This record gives sequence, C-alpha cells and structure tokens, in this order.
Amino acid sequence: MAELHLNGVRKVYAGGVEAIRGVDLEAEDGEFVVIVGPSGCGKSTLLRMVAGLERTSEGEIRIGERVVNDLEPAQRDIAMVFQNYALYPHMSVFRNMAYGLNNQGRPKEEILERVQRAARMLQLEGLLERKPRQLSGGQRQRVAMGRALVRDPKVFLFDEPLSNLDAKLRVQMRVEIKALQRGLGTTAMYVTHDQVEAMTLADRLVVMNGGVAEQIGRPLDIYQRPATRFVAGFIGSPSMNFLTAAVAADGRSLELPGELRVPLSARAGPTAGRQVTVGVRPEHLHLSPGSGPRLTLSVGLIELLGAETVVYGHPAGHEEAVTLRVQGVPEVTEGQDLELGLDPAHVHLFDARTGRSLSHPDDGGAV
Amino acid sequence: MVENRRWLNLLTHAVLLLGLAVVALPLWMTFVASTLGPGELINPPIPLLPGSHLLANYGEALSSGMARAGGVPVGTMLFNSLVMALGIAVGKIAISVISAYAIVYFRFPFRMTVFWLIFVTLMLPVEVRIVPTFQVVSSLGMLNSYAGLTIPLIASATATFLFRQFFLTVPDEYLEAARIDGAGPIRFFRDILLPLSRTNMAALFVILFIYGWNQYLWPLIVTTDEHLYTIVMGIKGMVTVSDEEPNWPIVMATSMLAMLPPVAVVIAMQRLFVKGLVDTEK
Amino acid sequence: MQKRVGFDRWALPYLLVLPQLAVTLVFFIWPASEALWQSMLRQDPFGLSTEFVWFENFVELFHDPAYLHSFGRTIVFSASTTFLSMVVSLLMAVAADRVMRGANTYKTLLIWPYAVAPAIAGVLWWFIFNPSIGIVAYALSVLGVDWNHYNNGAQAMLLVVIAAAWKQISYNFIFFLAGLQAIPRSLIEAAAIDAAGPVKRFWTVVFPLLSPTTFFLLVINVVYSFFETFGIVHATTSGGPAAATEILVYKVYKDGFIGLDLGSSAAQSVILMAIVISLTVVQFRYIERRVAY
Repeated sequence: MAELHLNGVRKVYAGGVEAIRGVDLEAEDGEFVVIVGPSGCGKSTLLRMVAGLERTSEGEIRIGERVVNDLEPAQRDIAMVFQNYALYPHMSVFRNMAYGLNNQGRPKEEILERVQRAARMLQLEGLLERKPRQLSGGQRQRVAMGRALVRDPKVFLFDEPLSNLDAKLRVQMRVEIKALQRGLGTTAMYVTHDQVEAMTLADRLVVMNGGVAEQIGRPLDIYQRPATRFVAGFIGSPSMNFLTAAVAADGRSLELPGELRVPLSARAGPTAGRQVTVGVRPEHLHLSPGSGPRLTLSVGLIELLGAETVVYGHPAGHEEAVTLRVQGVPEVTEGQDLELGLDPAHVHLFDARTGRSLSHPDDGGAV
Repeated sequence: MVENRRWLNLLTHAVLLLGLAVVALPLWMTFVASTLGPGELINPPIPLLPGSHLLANYGEALSSGMARAGGVPVGTMLFNSLVMALGIAVGKIAISVISAYAIVYFRFPFRMTVFWLIFVTLMLPVEVRIVPTFQVVSSLGMLNSYAGLTIPLIASATATFLFRQFFLTVPDEYLEAARIDGAGPIRFFRDILLPLSRTNMAALFVILFIYGWNQYLWPLIVTTDEHLYTIVMGIKGMVTVSDEEPNWPIVMATSMLAMLPPVAVVIAMQRLFVKGLVDTEK
Repeated sequence: MQKRVGFDRWALPYLLVLPQLAVTLVFFIWPASEALWQSMLRQDPFGLSTEFVWFENFVELFHDPAYLHSFGRTIVFSASTTFLSMVVSLLMAVAADRVMRGANTYKTLLIWPYAVAPAIAGVLWWFIFNPSIGIVAYALSVLGVDWNHYNNGAQAMLLVVIAAAWKQISYNFIFFLAGLQAIPRSLIEAAAIDAAGPVKRFWTVVFPLLSPTTFFLLVINVVYSFFETFGIVHATTSGGPAAATEILVYKVYKDGFIGLDLGSSAAQSVILMAIVISLTVVQFRYIERRVAY
C-alpha cells in the first residue's frame, strides 16, 4: 500500500504529438482515483505510463517512496485490469492467476494459498480449472480482478474494466470493485469514460481533456463547482444547458436574449459588457416559476422515464436547445410553451473565450 | 439454396460427380495397375478392376524395388523422403517462428532491412536459381547429405510471413499483461506466444511436410549416392528404363506408396490444412 | 507493422533472426548474386578462360530461336494450365457451394491431389495416356483419335497441361469454395428478391465479389505453372518431342546441368527471378492492401 504521486508528467510521442501535457496528481494511501474524460483525452495513456507500458517523457511518477519512471512494469509493484481482460486463453483460471507469482519464483504452497484466497473473495473457487473461453463475461472480469488481487500490489490500475459488460452486470461489478478496494485498502487508479462510474467510484476524480487535467477534486465538488465549461458539460447527465449572455452595463445582472435578466451575485464580478456563457443544470430549471427570472420554453421532445421526465425544447430568442429534468410525470405536451423558473444561486458563469469558471475561480486543477 | 429447381440440383450433382470421376481417374487406374500381375498389362484395354497381385507387388516394391534395375529398395527411399520432409517442415517452422517473433515484437536497428532481406525470398522457388544454388551447396561440401537435402530449402519466407501475420493479430494486451506479470521476452515467447500459435504451427506443418516430401528437382541434383534418393525422384528412374516398357505394376505400386504419406496427412488434418492454406493468403 | 509495446533488447532480436538470415544469405542471396555475376560471364569451350561480357548473354538469349521457342511454349503451357484448372475448380466450387450439405464431403474427396508430387502427377497421367496400354489412349483410339505423345508435340503439351492443371485443382477449389462461402447469404437473397435468376446472379453478384480470390489465384497459378512444374515435364516428356514441352524451368536445368552452358543458364535464371519477383510484388501489394492495419 502506498501513495501515488505524479509530478509534471508529460508524454510526447516520437512524431511530436503531445498526448499528456503536464499532469500533477497526488493520491493518498488507499484512495480510489478515477480519471474520466472523452476518448482521446489521454486518460489511458496516463494510466499506461503509471503501469510502465508507456515511457514517461518528462516528469516524475512515484509509488510510495520509489520513483518508478525507469522500472519495468513487473518491478513497479502494480497490478492492472485490462479492458478486454487479456486473460491468457490457453491457461486455466488458476494458471492465469498464478502466472505472475510463478514468474516471481514464489514457492508453490504460497502461490496455491494466495490464488485460493483470491478465488474465495471473488467466488471463483469452482472455476479454477476452466479455460477463459468457458467463462461468462462477468466471470472473466472476476478472473482479471483475481489476477490483480493475488499479486497484493501497492496500486491497482483499471483500464475501463467494465466497458465490455452489459448494463446490469456493470452496475453489479462496480459495486463489487468498490467494496473490494475498500476492504483491501489498496490505492487504485481507474480510467473510464462513463461518468456514472466516475462519480460513484471515485474518492478523488480527475477530469481530463486534451492531455490536461481540467479539474481534480471530490466528485460532488466537481459536480457542484465545475472549474471549466468543459467539466461542467462533461459531468452530469443530461448535460448542463449553456446559453450565451452578456454582462449588463451596471455589472449587476446578465442580459440574455429574449429579454431575460438574471441578477448577479456580488461575488463573481465580471466587468460590464463582457461576453459570458451561462450554465444551468437541467434539474435546476423549475416548472413553477417563483418571483425570479423566467425562461419561456417551446417544448419539443418529451422523454418519459417513469421516475423522472426529460423535456427538450427551445427557449424564445435562443439558438441553443435547453433540456429540463423534472421528477415524476408533469403535465406537459409537445409544442406547448412552458414558463420556467431559474434559480440564480444555481447559475454557473463561464468566460465565453477561455471557458474558465467565473463563479468558482479558485477551484480547479492544474490548468 | 435460394430456390429449388430440379434441373439445377441435378446439374449441380452431375457436375460434382463428373469432376470427382475425372479427378479420381488417375488414382484409380494407378491402384488397379498396382494390383495386376506382370502379364496383364501388355495388351489394351487394361482391366478396370483390381487384380490379385496387390500384396505381391507391394511386397516386391518395398523390399527389392528398383534393385533389379540396380537401385535401392523403396523402403530406403521412403525413409529418405521422411527425413527430408520432416527436416524441412520442422526446420522451417523453427527458424521462421523466432524470426517472425523478432520482427514483430522487437524494436532494433535494421529491423526493416532484415524484414526485406527475408521477404524478398517470398515465393522464389529453388527451381529458378537451381544452378548457382547447386554450386554453393557443392562448394560447402553438402552434396550427398541430409543437410544438403534439407537446409537450403528451409530458406523461404512463406512461413515467416504466416507467423508475422498471425502475431499481428494477437492482442497487444497479452504482451502487456505478461510484462506486468514479470515475463521477459523469452518467457513471453515460451509461455504465451508459442501455445497460442499451436494451431498455426500444425497447419503449417501439414503444408511444409507435403512441400518437403514432394521435392523433386533438388534431390535429383544434390544426390548422386542412391542411398540418399527420395521416393519421388526414384519413380523417374523406374519409368525410364531404356527402350523396354517399364514394369508398370511395380512402378504403380511404388507411386501409390509415394503418394500415401502426404495424402494421408492432408486427409487426416484436412481442417488444419485448409485453414493453413487460406491463412497464408491473408 | 509492429506492436504498440515492444521489447527493447539489443542482442536478442539479432540472435532470433540469425538462423533465418544465415540460411537466406547463404542459400538465397549468395546464389542469386552468383547467378547475376555468371550471367555476365562467358567461358571458352574448353573452360580455360573466362571473359566478362556484360549483357551479351541476355542479348544472345533473346536472339536464340530455341530460347524464344521455349518462352512461347511456357506461355502456352502456363496460360492453358491456369485457365483449365481455374475454370474446372470454379465450376466445382460453385456446385459444391450450392449443395451445402455435402460440401465438406466433396471437399475431402477433392483436396488430395494437392498432396501428390508434380512428378508423380505426371507419371499417373503419363500412364493412363500411354499409347500402348493407357486407358484414355485406348478410349481415344476407339473414338478414332490416334494418341501418341511420344511423337506428337501438341498431344505431349496437352498431356502435361492436364497433369499440371489436375494437381492444382484442389488448391483452387479450396480457395474458391472459401471465397464463395464468405459471400454473405443476404446478398444472394437480395439478388434473388430482385428477380435475378441463378445464372445472372452468378455473373452480376457472385463473380464480382469473388474477384479478389480470382485475382489471387491467377497470380498463384501463373507462378505455379511457370516454376513448380519442372517435375511434371522432367518425369514424363523430358521436354520432348522436339522441344514441344520444353518450358523455361526445364531449359534452365537442361542448359546448366546437361549442356553445362553456365553463362546462358545463369542469364536464364536471372530472367526467371525477375519474373517471379515482379509477380511477388504484384501479389504482395495485393496482400498488403487486404490486410491494411
């Protein structure tokens, strides 16, 4: 068990492409770090650099007290679960799990004992003599976990381990992974593009985009106080609504098309006349407007999900589509005009040019 | 089938049966001839059904064989063919699997040079460079030896190419998982890659065994010592006995014996063999 | 064309390629360069002196009626063998693909000629066409055809073509059948719904989709008939009668080992190598295009 430190880590490929553009990250002992981001953001590359499968061009990676930059993957005291599991197809479950220990030259009894313990934890005891192709997707996933477990590593690395499972199994395994990691108290680094996985698993969440960590923090903090427009749009489903606006001449309110005015809190003080992006989450629009600012929405599509309803529409005078999420089944029909209330306390402001948050300027990661 | 037209189905089967008959005709006639007595093959038409000398003819072929024509028994030639076929098949697979491994899994200077040096030999049969190759083998003192029969023929890129294609389809994650499991290049090759290549190796073995067994020109020129003659080239000596008609029943029994091992291998390992063939194309 | 993650070791990869490289250099590159060198040398009739003559051997070859004749015979032989073998095996593959249930049985019954050595294939056909006792020669004589490949050049050519094509049927059949079975059934069914009859369907849908296989086989068959049929000719006609079946690989051998004209034989080798290499390049391009990853 150990902490994990990334210090100014960069990855530049031979062709000059910069995949990771300087990432600083600290994970405490036993912490579950999730890296989330769209495909191509560099999250897998970062994980593979920690694993030692990609060379680190610059910066320092430290596991516990050791700098591991120049160590072979096997020497780093890590274990990895791959997206497609990478179980050796010709070996039995037992041999798959034992292979790494065999290569370390551990005594037979120890290997047997360790594999059996891991198998017990993962309910694989009856399957040890099977070949991977005789297993279901969920069982393969468990074997891949077991292979990581028997090594008793300092850090677990997960590369989108649940993306090959069907939706139901994914939820189940997600819970199991979290429980297992808690029980063992081993530091974990987990890469995913699924924000539900990210939100539920993470002690510490890293949102990556374009080779940069846009924001690092606790999941709920990131949800409530996104540091950039990208983070705000990426985390949360359905996505946050964005509307362009300008700061009124008095600097105290926002002017949106359609005669809409939203008062500004004194805290964020953008200069008058400045172009900003207004962000509002779908659940922060209300069907019963109070005295505050209102938005008129011409209703388009309605998705009835039972517990909640998602309404899509266009606000009068705006280019952008707006999504609204309400509990239960509201009485709304397509084509109707809806009056929506907007709670100024839940409005996020972003610089229209840089995308940086104006509401929470002091939050954020290593941008 | 999309539709069931009577005449079309009949035609289909007619085509297949006719084709099979044409393909099988030489084999059948060879078999028939190999069972006939010495007197039965003088005047046409020859019988269409097997005769009664099967055991006698095959026995004679195996024991004395060409001895009467001053040659070695067929048994010796079969053994030589076996050595040659196995030597070529095993040798080719061994040297190509490791060179393909190096080319696909290692980064090293001159990798592409090595690649092209090997691949320029792809498909280039020994027949077209026969004279200089003979001179090289002769100057190395390898004439009339099993080494001379086999080693020059294991220099072909086909097998390397097949393994390379196969290795490229092996998921990268196996290598990565193995590296995390602490396996170095040798261990990864022995524990993971070789077991994964088993089917390909078996398929290739069938193809190369046949290739080696069926060599004709090469043994013809590198062996002058008849104790090293192979069965396929030995037949030629039996057919061309000066002026008189060859002893057809014995020749045909020998031909049957020469065909039997490779044909048996192909039929027994049909699925592997077909897979191997079709894979070399990819 | 390499793995995302590879090993970095300085000595091991060289050790691994060494055996293959050594064999290739000694038994391929060396003889090939030797051939190239010798093709520009000429010995006097007594072997006393050797002279460097540049491309004279090549020039002479292409003025030599015997060589041009051999070239012509090779083209006739190669074209006929390829055509005959491919047409027959395509026909049988289409039929086997149609019957579906029996396809594998037919396959088993058809693949074994692949395992027969060319030389033995030659002897088998030589025997059934034997003018005095061969069953086919007898049947032909009943029909009024006088068959004697010992002195009729055209008949001798036909004989080696049949033997060579026969041996190659298995190979072509396997590939055609695999190609046919790889065509999605939905396409055939769509064509049937578009009211295309079986014959029209074959020419407008199946055959075009089969064209990669056909092209591949075309190259393979040309290479086969050019270079791998030495045994058929040598074991049967020995190039005769009157050089009617003297194909190029046979002539290289004859001029080199029997005529002992090393310069000319080497020049012939070089020409053959050039042909194979250009066919290989064509083939390789095609393969690389197919596996574009």
